[in-house]
Amino acid sequence: MLDVKSIDVRLGEKLVLRDIILTVETGETVAVLGPSGSGKSTLLRAVAGLVPIESGSITWDGQDLATVPTHLRGFGLMFQGYALFPHLDVMGNVGFGLRMANLPEDDVRRRVAATLVLVGLDGFDNRSIADLSGGEKQRVALARTLAPEPRMIMLDEPLGALDRALRERLMVDTRRILSDGGVTALVVTHDREEAEALSDRIALMREGSIVQSGTLPDILAHPADDWVRDFLG
Amino acid sequence: MRPIRWGQVLVAAVPALFIGYFFLYPLIRILTLGLSELNVGFDGVEARLFHIGWFTVWQAVLSTVLTVVAAAPMTWAVSQFEFRGRKLATALVTVPFVLPTVVVGAAFVALGWRNSVGAILVAHIFFNIAVVVRTVGALWSRLDPDLHDAGRVLGASEWQVFRTITLPLLRPAIAAASAIVFLFTFTSFGVVLILGGFRYATLEVEIYRQAVTLFDLPLAAALAVVQLVGVTATLYAYSRYQERHTSTWALRAEADRPNPRGRARFLVGASVIGTLIALSIPVVVLVARSLRGVAYAGLFRDDPVVGTPIASIGNSLRFAVIASVLAVLVGVMASSVITGSRGTISRWFDLTLMLPLGTSAVTIGFGFIVALGEPVDLRASFWLIPIAHALVAIPFVVRSTVPTLRSIPTETREAARVLGASPGRVWREIDLPIVTRAALVGAAFAFVISLGEFGATSFIARPNTATMPVMIVRLLSRPGSASFAMALALAVILAGMTAMIVLWIDRLQFGEIGTF
Repeated sequence: MLDVKSIDVRLGEKLVLRDIILTVETGETVAVLGPSGSGKSTLLRAVAGLVPIESGSITWDGQDLATVPTHLRGFGLMFQGYALFPHLDVMGNVGFGLRMANLPEDDVRRRVAATLVLVGLDGFDNRSIADLSGGEKQRVALARTLAPEPRMIMLDEPLGALDRALRERLMVDTRRILSDGGVTALVVTHDREEAEALSDRIALMREGSIVQSGTLPDILAHPADDWVRDFLG
Repeated sequence: MRPIRWGQVLVAAVPALFIGYFFLYPLIRILTLGLSELNVGFDGVEARLFHIGWFTVWQAVLSTVLTVVAAAPMTWAVSQFEFRGRKLATALVTVPFVLPTVVVGAAFVALGWRNSVGAILVAHIFFNIAVVVRTVGALWSRLDPDLHDAGRVLGASEWQVFRTITLPLLRPAIAAASAIVFLFTFTSFGVVLILGGFRYATLEVEIYRQAVTLFDLPLAAALAVVQLVGVTATLYAYSRYQERHTSTWALRAEADRPNPRGRARFLVGASVIGTLIALSIPVVVLVARSLRGVAYAGLFRDDPVVGTPIASIGNSLRFAVIASVLAVLVGVMASSVITGSRGTISRWFDLTLMLPLGTSAVTIGFGFIVALGEPVDLRASFWLIPIAHALVAIPFVVRSTVPTLRSIPTETREAARVLGASPGRVWREIDLPIVTRAALVGAAFAFVISLGEFGATSFIARPNTATMPVMIVRLLSRPGSASFAMALALAVILAGMTAMIVLWIDRLQFGEIGTF
């Protein structure tokens, strides 16, 4: 279980995250919903250990992660622009985390193939990244995040860059992949529909602070303030 | 049929004739002379020539590898982080690159380091470190940082990320920088001539010795052919590499760099300060040693063998002015042909004008000796030196004006045409005002190149037309501490003049020097 205890994050002079409190139970998917620039991506980067926190703490199953470097945290992060490695093919990308875990090459190949089946890209192993469509890139990025079986995955605007029809299809697919695998996930998005479709619980974020959290019907029934009511429309 | 525009023909003819007569024709003469010599055989000198060829290659390879390694910390620091003085540090690293080779040679002599491979290698690193910092740094600062972070999240340590992600992504830039450094060191002349003594010679130095000291022109020509083959092979290999490795890397617009923190802060500081201190040692020692004794006063004294050293400053300035004017005239005409016509003519012009860049300066000077004796004997002409300098500088003028001319939208010219301007008038009203600034930068480059040019000048300078680099080498090659101190003093003056002009260019075009 992830437990974020009142963290502050400063980037340069600016306080980007202020007193963030957030938990993600094992097997649960939580969505952080908020407008662009509200600090959602920074929250994921802080949990991943890519940006330092100024105060507060982040723990997993009670273990403080302050001294654990990024590559030993065992979290997955799917980047907003996917950040696929352009010099590696699909196999190289999806298998990267497995190779970092020193898995034998045969096992890497088997696990990559299985993960590609899971995301619906059976047989894409040797495709070049440059030849993939937008939707295929999204699936490869998801496969790369899932392949090493991280204890929690984080998705940064997972469907943000796709067109509408594709988004609706991938929304269903992604949800299925997350819930079938019993994956613990933290999703950030600016899109209410996406948050609703992918998650069990929602935390609303505004200007670096969490203003309200709960299930969407609960929040809609009792909005904390006018901004929440307006934002959820 | 379209009428022939005589103005356009003239604009194309001048650069074509200039390059044709002063560059291509001499090159062909060298090739025929050298190839006939190669047919005859070298009668017994093969062993020495093989030795020289082998030395040329391995010192160039080693210089290149060492330069890339030595430049790595600085490249990492200035491309990945923002800190106070970052821009200044980048500019300072570029200083050695613009120093004349003779000044770099003199600086290492001032350190008391001569007749050794070590001195040659370190001088090459000193000279070329900026090539790597600029070329590789430009790509590194534009790599998407998410790729690094993605690697980290997937369980890679910093070192693993560097090895499996960053390094492969930087490979095109490292290859480009290596190709440039290899070419520079493969054809290195001034540095090797001064620091190598008699024991170590590159092909370039040996061409000079055979032609000027021993007057064996056919053998020198044969060596020039061997060297040309080496240069061409390098360029070919590099262009093949580029063709195979062009891919759409995940680049982004250069964004804000983070401030270094924690351990990175220490490493950035150590990289920048360490590199700058190492680079400043030869320069500081050069200046300090030039201040001993009566070095500067000695420059004014007439000497029966080398002449009055201070007079070389006048010669250099005179040649530099003429060379800049020639280079700008020919270069701007060539640029307007390259941008004005389409297809084959443009491409051939572009390619031919870049050739002097790949040819060594010694080959250009040697070509003059071989080819320009007839029909009119130009070899003793005052004009030959500025013409040689202009040849070396024209590619730089073309490269600074072509992009500017290309940036003028066609509609702008068409609008002027519709409003009644003739083609010549369009050029004067539209192109000329826009290109002036770029031409000025080109002229300043030509001036700096002319001031520091040594390879070609060493062939064609007469006792009374010695330029500053030629005078420095003459003084250095004489025994005695007085001439040694004078050589260093003259080197300091030359370095100072060069630095002033380069700083002026920097202000003129906002820090674009050294984008190769």
